Amino acid sequence: MERSKNNSIFSDVDWFTVLLYLLLITMGWLNIYSAVYNEDHHVITDMTQKYGKQLLWIGTSLLIALIILIIDEKFYTAFAYLLYGIVLIACILVPFLGREVKGSRSWFRFGDFGIQPAEFMKFAANLAIAKFLSNQFIKIADYRNTIITLIIIGVPFLVIKVLQDETGLAIVFVAFIFTLYREGLSVNYLLLGFLAIVLFILALLVNNFYLFVIIGSLCILASLFIRRNAKNLFMVALIGLIACGMVKGTSTVYEHLEAHQKVRIDVLLGRGTVNLKKEGYNVNQAKIAIGSGGLLGKGYLNGTQTKYDFVPEQDTDFIFCTVGEEWGFVGSSLVILLELTLIIRLVFMAERQRSAFSRIYGYGVASILFFHLTINVGMTIGLAPVIGIPLPFFSYGGSSLWSFTILLFIFIKLDSHRLAILR
Amino acid sequence: MSQLSERKYIILGVFILVAIAFIIRLFFIQVIDDSYKLDARNQSFRYNTEFPVRGYIYDRKHKLLVYNEAAYDLMVLPKEVKDLDTADFCKLLDITKVEFLKKMKKAVLAPNSPRKESVFEKQLSPQDYASLQERLYRFRGFKVQSRTLRKYPMKIAAHLLGYIGEADKERTEIDPYYNEGDYIGISGMEKTYEKALRGKKGLHIMMVDVNNREKGSYMNGLYDTMAQSGKSLMSTLDADLQLYGEQLMQNKIGSIVAIEPSTGEILALVSSPSYDPNLLVGRARNKNFSKLYLDTVRVPLFNRATMASYPPGSTFKLVESLIGQQEGVLTTETRYPCAAGYAPLGGHPKCEVHPSPLALYDAIGHSCNSYFSYVFKSIIENKKYSNMYKAFEAWRNIALSFNIGRKTNSDLANELRGNIPSIKYYDRVFGKGSWKASTVISLGIGQAEMGITPLQNANVVTIIANKGWYYIPHIVKEIDSNPNDTTLKRFKVKQNTMITDTTIYNNVIEGMSHVTESGTAHLLKIEGVEYCAKTGTAENPHGRDHSVFVAFAPKQNPKIAIAVLVENAGWGASWAGPIATLMMEKYLNGKIVRKELEEKMMTSDLINQPKYVKPQKKK
Repeated sequence: MERSKNNSIFSDVDWFTVLLYLLLITMGWLNIYSAVYNEDHHVITDMTQKYGKQLLWIGTSLLIALIILIIDEKFYTAFAYLLYGIVLIACILVPFLGREVKGSRSWFRFGDFGIQPAEFMKFAANLAIAKFLSNQFIKIADYRNTIITLIIIGVPFLVIKVLQDETGLAIVFVAFIFTLYREGLSVNYLLLGFLAIVLFILALLVNNFYLFVIIGSLCILASLFIRRNAKNLFMVALIGLIACGMVKGTSTVYEHLEAHQKVRIDVLLGRGTVNLKKEGYNVNQAKIAIGSGGLLGKGYLNGTQTKYDFVPEQDTDFIFCTVGEEWGFVGSSLVILLELTLIIRLVFMAERQRSAFSRIYGYGVASILFFHLTINVGMTIGLAPVIGIPLPFFSYGGSSLWSFTILLFIFIKLDSHRLAILR
Repeated sequence: MSQLSERKYIILGVFILVAIAFIIRLFFIQVIDDSYKLDARNQSFRYNTEFPVRGYIYDRKHKLLVYNEAAYDLMVLPKEVKDLDTADFCKLLDITKVEFLKKMKKAVLAPNSPRKESVFEKQLSPQDYASLQERLYRFRGFKVQSRTLRKYPMKIAAHLLGYIGEADKERTEIDPYYNEGDYIGISGMEKTYEKALRGKKGLHIMMVDVNNREKGSYMNGLYDTMAQSGKSLMSTLDADLQLYGEQLMQNKIGSIVAIEPSTGEILALVSSPSYDPNLLVGRARNKNFSKLYLDTVRVPLFNRATMASYPPGSTFKLVESLIGQQEGVLTTETRYPCAAGYAPLGGHPKCEVHPSPLALYDAIGHSCNSYFSYVFKSIIENKKYSNMYKAFEAWRNIALSFNIGRKTNSDLANELRGNIPSIKYYDRVFGKGSWKASTVISLGIGQAEMGITPLQNANVVTIIANKGWYYIPHIVKEIDSNPNDTTLKRFKVKQNTMITDTTIYNNVIEGMSHVTESGTAHLLKIEGVEYCAKTGTAENPHGRDHSVFVAFAPKQNPKIAIAVLVENAGWGASWAGPIATLMMEKYLNGKIVRKELEEKMMTSDLINQPKYVKPQKKK
């Protein structure tokens, strides 16, 4: 009886995913060891060092993963909103109750260790969205439902961004755009989003006046080629106006950004002269570290740029630099491919779900991981703005590792019951 | 629903495209673009140069001429300077607060940087270093780096030894061995033997962190190299003789070159005025250098022995006698008249009153201008040649083979060629075919456009002493105790002149004996040594004539050949002669009998208080 119960917990677990997870956290741990390697503390389990602590986080993460697999899968559907509410309240309270550490107001501190509730908002929000959208009477194409979904995503975004001032943790919620798209969000929203990004970049690079002229000319050109009825002309005019509004809005938003954020955008877009000793320092050093790795890298523990602190935050947000420097093109490509393999695997797993809840949740996991990968690696190679966001399973940090573990293993748990009846 | 599930392809497509974009980007910055690798190396490697010890220089008797003394540069890493007690620090270094701030500013600004170590104070004296070293721990960010300075214990032979200085940008661009600020030989032996003396720099690659703290050796020193000490040189110089020569030449302008005929080794090479080589070392170098450089009256940095070209004057009559015999127009019995001058040209060149006509020995002994004008004329108008041009060319070629008007190719850093005018030159001056022997008659007595350096003149005497051959004069005997070093090879090759018949030389040597026995130098005797000489008075269009004297001794089996020139001192026998004979006496006998003469030579000041009255012209 005992044995058959064990079987039922683990029998349908997707071991391939678990294996990828174990591989990635092990690689991450070894890289953290190298990034902060220090001859005085060469024991990898030294608890005074980050690699020792990370081992503790890995151990506890595995324990959490086990607990998640043991808990009944109905727990997650039943308490989705409750979990969302609890974590959201924690996020609201932390700026008031938590201790301020290095100017950050997002931490609950317990001695040497700290917990960032915002990290757990990811899986909580994902559960809530899955719960909401999986209701068979809800269609996202209905604008009222779109708005509710946006509120589920938007509230934690604003709480984290405004109250806690953690851009990196907040911006992750943009990732849900993939989930929503998969669940039927109109393509127009995506095109609008795409247009917004293009216009945002152009607005910062090109004189606004010229942009207005170009948008106007394109609208006139468009009106020459379409059937000139009232509705079409109105649509063209509307799009033109929205575009112009976006351009103007971009400039306004940009002006109101904080200095360090402006600088990051400037660095990415190469606007003005970038001072490599100041605002351009991080990205430049990251590129030097990765670029100096060459094809095969300098070898494990032989990195100089990362180990000797030229690259800032080389154990957390810039951990990819250590990979690039010590393992070269081969190693860094391998890490990207492993992460991508995991993400693609998750998409396939999501698609095989009978339950909409599981599918939506699965897409959320894949999207969040993808978003982290894109921003994190992108910033180290100068393709994305510098935003403090961890590389899943690699970066040092308990909260983020726990968060990713919970996120992933809830889905593995749900997936293991994919053959059960519809929820 | 089925339509919506198609959207997974779009989503997967986006995921995969982003990953591909990243991998392509990585390929560019990691594999294709090398600039990041260079940046990384520049940032995280510190190339510590290990400077080798520069080779010592000894004289021919193993007396130390040049050695090294440790000097200490005070280095600063501005970023690490913290809680500095500026007042105390300034007091210790004996600088003002303003100077301190100026130096700090220099260390911070480009091309230096707060994160880069640079020189704060150059070449501290050992005393300063000692007092600083004790308290250095209190001054964070400062450290001392040792360097070596050249030291010259005997303070002699400044021009020969030369000096070292910092390599400039031009040099570092030509020769990548040097970095700006490295020491390099700039003149003298330091320059010619730079490669042997400098040794080989060692390089240690250290890894540094972002704060420029050393983090250990790169790859455990796999790519490091050790410094190799420079090789020592044994000079051909006789330090005692050199010192003696410099003492004799005090307060006189001119030079002495003494050569060992059998080897071509330079025993002494004095250029006066000279300077203490220790002046061009260390912190005071720049100040002293400009002082010496700006002394346009005495021009102490100028090496007259190799760089100044004078008319050979009567000393050229020796070569003239050799050529005349070689060309078959002169024998020991040839006699020419003298009418207090060269009669065919109305008594020019002029001559002293002496018995007439003279034969060769006495003509050399009395340095008869008329006689050698006749000899020159007979050489140029030699019937052996179809025309005068050919005869002139033959005369010139033989003279060139004595290394007159041609660099000796010695190992002295800078050497002038000197000059024997060519046919082309006279054709240009007088017009083709419009000149003849009488036009250029003063060539016969070593005047006119003819120019010779004291080194070349000493070499001519060497050839006569050797009866027809010589070794290229040189200043280095052994490199790293090896006399057969490849760079010294050319000094082991016997050089022959165009005159090889020893009887021709014997005749001239006999004439030179007459000079010392009954001729122009009969007052100058060296106890127990029979020597051969020739006086000269080089006409100087700019002022008083130069006193010239060439000699070798002993007559049999010569050990030393010497040429002395004292500028603006008149007669060869009055200044150059005594100095030359004292030098030979010192070298051969080891002690001086003629104390009075020695005293006179050493104390006379011909630069500041000329005691000398211009004599009537006499060769």
